[in-house]
Amino acid sequence: MKLSKLIRSGIRNLLINKMRTGLAILGIVIGIGSVIALISMGESSKKAVQSQIQSIGSNLLTVSPGSQSFGGIRSSSGVKTLTYEDAQAIETSPKVTTVKNVSPEYSSRSQVTAGRNNTNTTIVGVIPVYSEVRKITLSSGIFITDQNVMAISKVAVLGPTTVEDLFGSNADPVGQSIRINGKTFLVIGVTKSKGGSGMDNQDDRIFIPLTTAQKQIFGVKYLSSIALEANSESVMTKAQNEVGYLLLERHKISSVTDADFRIMSQSDILAAASAVTSTFTTMLAGVAAISLLVGGIGIMNIMLMSVTERTREVGLRKALGAKKKTIIFQFLIESIILTFTGGIIGIIIGVVGFFIYAKLNNSTFTVSINSILLAFLVSAGIGILFGWYPAQKAANLQPIEALRYE
Amino acid sequence: MGVSLIIQVSHLYKIYKTDDMETVVLSDVSLKINKGEFVAIMGPSGSGKSTLMHILGALDLPTSGTYFLDNQEVGKLSDDELADIRNRKIGFVFQAYNLLPRTSALDNVMVPMEYAGVSETEQLKKAKKLLEMVGLSDRMNHPPNKLSGGQQQRVAIARALVMDPAIILADEPTGNIASAQAEEIIEIFQKLNKDGHTIIMITHESDIAEHARRIIHIRDGKIVQDGNDHKQRLIKESYEIIKTN
Repeated sequence: MKLSKLIRSGIRNLLINKMRTGLAILGIVIGIGSVIALISMGESSKKAVQSQIQSIGSNLLTVSPGSQSFGGIRSSSGVKTLTYEDAQAIETSPKVTTVKNVSPEYSSRSQVTAGRNNTNTTIVGVIPVYSEVRKITLSSGIFITDQNVMAISKVAVLGPTTVEDLFGSNADPVGQSIRINGKTFLVIGVTKSKGGSGMDNQDDRIFIPLTTAQKQIFGVKYLSSIALEANSESVMTKAQNEVGYLLLERHKISSVTDADFRIMSQSDILAAASAVTSTFTTMLAGVAAISLLVGGIGIMNIMLMSVTERTREVGLRKALGAKKKTIIFQFLIESIILTFTGGIIGIIIGVVGFFIYAKLNNSTFTVSINSILLAFLVSAGIGILFGWYPAQKAANLQPIEALRYE
Repeated sequence: MGVSLIIQVSHLYKIYKTDDMETVVLSDVSLKINKGEFVAIMGPSGSGKSTLMHILGALDLPTSGTYFLDNQEVGKLSDDELADIRNRKIGFVFQAYNLLPRTSALDNVMVPMEYAGVSETEQLKKAKKLLEMVGLSDRMNHPPNKLSGGQQQRVAIARALVMDPAIILADEPTGNIASAQAEEIIEIFQKLNKDGHTIIMITHESDIAEHARRIIHIRDGKIVQDGNDHKQRLIKESYEIIKTN
């Protein structure tokens, strides 16, 4: 029997009971739609995290203070272990050959006001090389200079988010003043947007000279981190070792396990972040898969009902010469039409749903072709899987029994 | 023209077994039908005539005994081979018409040809020709629920003929039809028989059976009378009436 004819008669049969067919399709629509939408959301947040981390620079090593441990007792004073002298030593020591730039940093949150507006943001004390190490570019004005650092100047470079918060969108605040912790700062520059959102927003920052941050604003002598730019990506591990042993020596620590600092590369951070997002994606996909399974059971239910209702028809078709194969095919085609239609509508709804999500969250809208292909195959597969048993049941009916069925 | 055997049934038994009971539905039935015959099988309900017809129609298999249809032993075939036999050698006409609902008369007639893999143009040509022959050329695109009982049965007859079967099996073909239309259906069968078709008809109405050239009486699973000669049977029946009186 010709496929086109089978499909046509399949559609005709499904249209007899529109409500039932519609509900069966709805189950698949919800399943496939949520698979597409949730996987896309997971993928896009993964990409967002990756691009955010990569935008910071791939040759980047970050030295951060870590708590020291003495025989199982952890000292909480560990956050104060990094100093400006450590940073200088890394830069000048002949033992460190693979590090190009050293950027000592101190960052902390603080209240900032400009006129009537105020915001709570991250204040980063930096030296000029920060812009090179962290790949910062300016949209207007200039970055912190060596003179600013030496003179402990009250100058600030704003990130675009803080500009918006303090001066309104599209304003150029260069030349205006802001108040950080009650002290007046002159705005000398604005950085270009790096994207990103949430906790680790690269644009929600105010940069001031490191000396000003330590002495004038926060009153501390230590650093919160030292960013290092290695000569190239291939010497990252070597740089990590060189800096690590130098700091151990300076801090008079003999064993690596007792180190009071951590050195992380971007790839370490990337791996950790990716692990988190992929767990998230897998969980979402799992939830979606369960709804797809429920949809599939719905299809099986409908097809079993259909087989029972059409027992006489099956008997007649067998009497007229239909082989087992033909009957199986007839019923399988119907369940595949159901799941396929549901799959297509589900893909559309999933993509549209994800589009709305992306618009609302300002995240990138990229639908992976893979997830669509997968959804397509899965929906057809569900049709075959859950249609098989009812089709088999129909094909195994004895013709006389079936013809007698009332 | 030599007479060729189309159906040969020897010592056929059909026994249904349940846990503690055995029901003998057909018992030692032997039967020969030649090509071109018009046979009526008669018997009261429960006599086994329907079971016999199911076996003759390859819808059911005997418990023992042999059944040759067109020189092929039906009892030894697989499910799919049986389907093929039903498709090519047997044309069914049922009491309840058994047309596919919501499907046009034309499409209904084409169903057996679809299973046989006949080309679509050939299917259309043949189905149209047969529907014209049974007098339904103006009703080809009507679904069964838009046709009268007689018209539905004529569609079923057209469907039974599309594969040029060796035999036409009709199970109470006029059972659901008003008598005027029933007459028309019988006329079609007679015409088909005249054209050389072998027809086996099951009925319990003797006036319908009268139209056949041979009547087989079946009772309690046994053939009690196989009357080749219509007149001889009439004499016999009247003799029995006299005897019982």
